[in-house]
Amino acid sequence: MSTLEITKDTPKDRAEITQISGSQAVLEALLAEGVDTIFGYPGGAIMPIYDALYDYNDRLKHILVRHEQGGIHAAQGYARTSGRVGVVFATSGPGATNLVTGLADAMIDSNPVVCITGQVFAHLLGTDAFQETDVINITAPVTKWNYQVTDACEIPSALAKAFHIARTGRPGPVLIDITKNAQLQLFDYEGYKVCNHIRSYRPKPIVRREYIEQAAALINEAKKPFVLFGQGVILGKAEADFKAFIEKAGIPAAATVMGLSALETDHPLHVGMLGMHGNYAPNVLTNECDVLIAIGMRFDDRVTGRLDKYAKQAKIIHLDIDPAEIDKNVKTTVAVWGDCKETLPLLTELVNRREHADWLGRFRELEQAEIKEVIYDELNPTSDIMTMGEVLRTLNELTDGEAVIVTDVGQHQMVACRYAKFNRSKSNVTSGGLGTMGFGLPAAIGAWYGTPDRTVVAIIGDGGIQMTIQELGTIMQFGAKVKIVILNNEFLGMVRQWQQLFHDKRYSFVNITSPDFVTVAKGYGIPGQSIRERKDLKQAVSDMIAHDGSYLLEVMVGKENNVFPMVPQGSSVAEIRLK
Amino acid sequence: MEKQEYTITLYTENSIGMIGRISTIFSRRKINIESLNTSPSEAEGIHRFTLVIHETEDVVHKLCRQIEKQVEVLKAYYNTNDEVIWQEQALYKVPTDVVTEKAPVERLLRQYGASAVVIRNDYTVFETAGHREEIDALTEALAEYNLIEFVRSARIAIIKDSEGFHKKLKEFEEMEPAEEVVENRYLNKQDKVFTM
Repeated sequence: MSTLEITKDTPKDRAEITQISGSQAVLEALLAEGVDTIFGYPGGAIMPIYDALYDYNDRLKHILVRHEQGGIHAAQGYARTSGRVGVVFATSGPGATNLVTGLADAMIDSNPVVCITGQVFAHLLGTDAFQETDVINITAPVTKWNYQVTDACEIPSALAKAFHIARTGRPGPVLIDITKNAQLQLFDYEGYKVCNHIRSYRPKPIVRREYIEQAAALINEAKKPFVLFGQGVILGKAEADFKAFIEKAGIPAAATVMGLSALETDHPLHVGMLGMHGNYAPNVLTNECDVLIAIGMRFDDRVTGRLDKYAKQAKIIHLDIDPAEIDKNVKTTVAVWGDCKETLPLLTELVNRREHADWLGRFRELEQAEIKEVIYDELNPTSDIMTMGEVLRTLNELTDGEAVIVTDVGQHQMVACRYAKFNRSKSNVTSGGLGTMGFGLPAAIGAWYGTPDRTVVAIIGDGGIQMTIQELGTIMQFGAKVKIVILNNEFLGMVRQWQQLFHDKRYSFVNITSPDFVTVAKGYGIPGQSIRERKDLKQAVSDMIAHDGSYLLEVMVGKENNVFPMVPQGSSVAEIRLK
Repeated sequence: MEKQEYTITLYTENSIGMIGRISTIFSRRKINIESLNTSPSEAEGIHRFTLVIHETEDVVHKLCRQIEKQVEVLKAYYNTNDEVIWQEQALYKVPTDVVTEKAPVERLLRQYGASAVVIRNDYTVFETAGHREEIDALTEALAEYNLIEFVRSARIAIIKDSEGFHKKLKEFEEMEPAEEVVENRYLNKQDKVFTM
């Protein structure tokens, strides 16, 4: 061993240790973690960090949003298209409470996000100081982890833990609350150490081979196997492993809303989307398959419908990284606990190469029924009134499935998820679990920063756009090239649909008026147009895509169109209605 | 499945806010915590929570999985009353003249193994430990003799089968995860039974 190597381990010379402020330590941590974009909004309690940011402007891009909720949805969109951690800055009090909806959304949809909030001086904690709120306790149920820093010395390790927890295992949002004194405090900075182990935190287990073997045995014996895939495949970066598995085993596969785009829409084994407004075949055949293989999905109630009538005939194999999901809603026969990036290749190795042509044929048969009853008319309507579906069809034709589709929540979301064509992973950004109206526009801004070379199309309803329309200001100022399609049916459409079907058409406060969206956009310097006739659709979508920059297209669609098929609440998936 | 009493034992980091994080897992599901005790554990730096709830095994199982998801929780166990040795402690304040003058009171205190902690002219404080029913019975009996004040602690419990947490903690401190396994109670039992 050379003497050089020995001296490496001796304590650092005192002179090498530099003093920096807590605020600088925050920004150094972000740089060390490879962060390039921050979505944020300044305020009193986070001013020292913004002051330090002034000197880091060349290395860290800060996007000033128009509302903190917009900031966190943008960070979610960024995380979803880039596969990296989204970062948010907000001030104390109202700044922090405005994050709560986005935290809940990120929690239920497993988005890796790190939020840094300012907090009042430590000596003022608990005194009802100006803009003081107990953000740690408010956000505890909607964060994977949170922590309050009152001493600058803790900043590097707290942020290292935050990034480690946010992105490993089942990802999720983390919030670090930093008191103003800690931001200002100078301390001896010994560099940033990336965290890769916390003793009380086990992000993923060692994969146990006996469960893989048991699962493979079930799959090899199956005559009618069926795969359900969720966002876990995308989060595990296991799209190729997933495709190899289903191709070798010859198993039809259906996506959850969050799993869409993990497998290209046109893949011969892709049999559509699950759930309340999913496709006919995968819902009906869930109750006919003999082995159900769930991969990186959590059997949400919108997927299962009535649980006591869900896949009772089938043996269930559940691959998931989160042990709390196993047996939570659906009892498994074999649980394969682990990262699907590791478990899928092991499973692929052990399954026999098979084709289930007859069984796949059953899916295609039922698909024909759905095309006849629902899809054909939705995509090729004969009446003068435009449908949401034909807008999606036009978009598919003009982007050829290469666009990132961001949606808000409601009828347009279900139509987009049903009909959008995806060639590439990480192309579907939507609020799946929480169903947050207002998610679409800010998430699309973040989605574009996550992948600025791709076409990002935000599909939003006339209700949802009005919840976060102020983010047009963010687009105006920073130039995100987001294409905004407002599908305007002059109703809160999904609630209206339920009122029509289940509440005797008693339309209670679902009639919503809108501003002239094109004029509003124009006020923000964003060009656009509104169309109400089919003859203008193709050209309008084409103009929108061709425009180098953000663009707003409003399409007036049928006021009282419904989304079908539909599994009514409390019904079995097999009782899915085509009309 | 029948509801019954379960003792939940948690090993956690000793960090601020743990009680809140754990209690919301129950309150979110509208489940009442009957008893809650926190204390240091046998392993240095590791805190031990003992909770009692009245629920079905299925629910308790899921609750424990959700609790273990908390970053600062190392392990959650649940046990039926048969599987633990458990006790609660109680303190009773009774007027001293009642104790000295009424023969049945002395008999009661002997019968329940209560011992005096403080004796003053005006009142005496007794303590006893035992199962809830025993403490309840003594409380009820003493109520007839001018019981001034009564307080009972949360349950503390030792798991009969447990080897303590020292070995587990070592596994958790390893970089590479140990083969931590989750029970899978629904596994087909026909071939060799394995736990997951």
